[in-house]
Amino acid sequence: MTTETDPVLAEEPITGEEIELPADVEVGEIIDSPVTGTELEVISLDPVVLEEAPELEEDWGE
Amino acid sequence: MYIGVLYSRIRRDEKLLLAELRERGHEIEKIDVRRERFSLDSTTANVGDLDLVVDRCLSTSRSLYATRFLASYGVTVVNAPETAEVCADKAKNSLALAEAGVPTPATEVAFTKEAAMEAIESFGYPCVLKPVVGSWGRLMAKIDSRNAAEAILEHKETLGHYEHKVFYVQEFVDKPGRDVRVVAVDGEPVAAMTRSSDHWLTNAAKGGETESFAVDDRARDLVERASEAVGGGLLGVDLMEVGGADSGEYTVHEVNHTVEFKALNEATDVDVPARVADWLERRAAAAASDDSAADDVDEVTI
Ligand SMILES: Nc1ncnc2c1ncn2[C@@H]1O[C@H](COP(=O)(O)OP(=O)(O)OP(=O)(O)O)[C@@H](O)[C@H]1O
Repeated sequence: MTTETDPVLAEEPITGEEIELPADVEVGEIIDSPVTGTELEVISLDPVVLEEAPELEEDWGE
Repeated sequence: MYIGVLYSRIRRDEKLLLAELRERGHEIEKIDVRRERFSLDSTTANVGDLDLVVDRCLSTSRSLYATRFLASYGVTVVNAPETAEVCADKAKNSLALAEAGVPTPATEVAFTKEAAMEAIESFGYPCVLKPVVGSWGRLMAKIDSRNAAEAILEHKETLGHYEHKVFYVQEFVDKPGRDVRVVAVDGEPVAAMTRSSDHWLTNAAKGGETESFAVDDRARDLVERASEAVGGGLLGVDLMEVGGADSGEYTVHEVNHTVEFKALNEATDVDVPARVADWLERRAAAAASDDSAADDVDEVTI
């Protein structure tokens, strides 16, 4: 059984290595890859799927 | 309460807010706008039973359309599409502030590089050229000379898409190395900070140093009026001090409608996500009582 404090394991989409995500990770969240430094988006949690995050667009902001 | 969060990217800001709302026992519907479709009378997004939707879209164009569609289905959205419309565009933002009598930097809009050059020359150097849509200080230019002005205008006219042909020229405000960000809910300040930098762009996104700021009466009044000018809501009001750091005089350069509050939360003692959640609860309760008042009216007329 998983609990809130268990780390979440995922495959780094660029290198295929296994990486650890914070326990409270959310779908839609952006994570800096500990391996490549690339911004990764959490696509789903069950199973955990990461993808390279979209590039910044001109109309992004506050 | 059942609260929808419109998003396309969960930043630290959204995480803080989601955690706060969940801790209070609210049910959350996360709505990734990239996955939804919006027809003229309904949407694939699950909004039917929501008490309130809070717009946290990172993309301004998505924010503008998604809020407009949801509001047309009768969903309560904060901030309202009318507010997004004004805040998303620096020209409309400046006009709204000026119309409300809120001091704001002198600004001119021109549509050709020749007319923009005239505006620049009439302001004199330095002056500032900003894209009408955009944030985090991107593509903003401080123009120090006619040579620089000519180069920037030519680049924009040649390389920019149509929005870059709306030239937004502004007086350069000689601020004391910092500006002020106030996050407010319906005009009531939640917390404020200064953002300081040696660079003329002082925003936190550009690496400006942040420090808590005590909102004085004058700033409070301006924040209230600036908020009202754009239709209220959860807003980031940006001010510059004019005439030095202790002059007590300000000019409001813009109001932001999908405000980030992570930096503010770190810079001040205020629990910003908690104050935002308090306000969302009040807005959701108000929306619910409006609905039931409308139901009552129906019962009377039947
Ligand atoms: N007219 C001006 N004179 C001097 N400095 C200015 C002027 N306008 C803006 N600035 C500086 O540039 C920074 C960015 O300006 P502004 O807020 O207009 O841009 P932005 O891209 O919309 O940023 P954000 O949305 O993050 O607030 C401000 O924090 C301020 O320090």
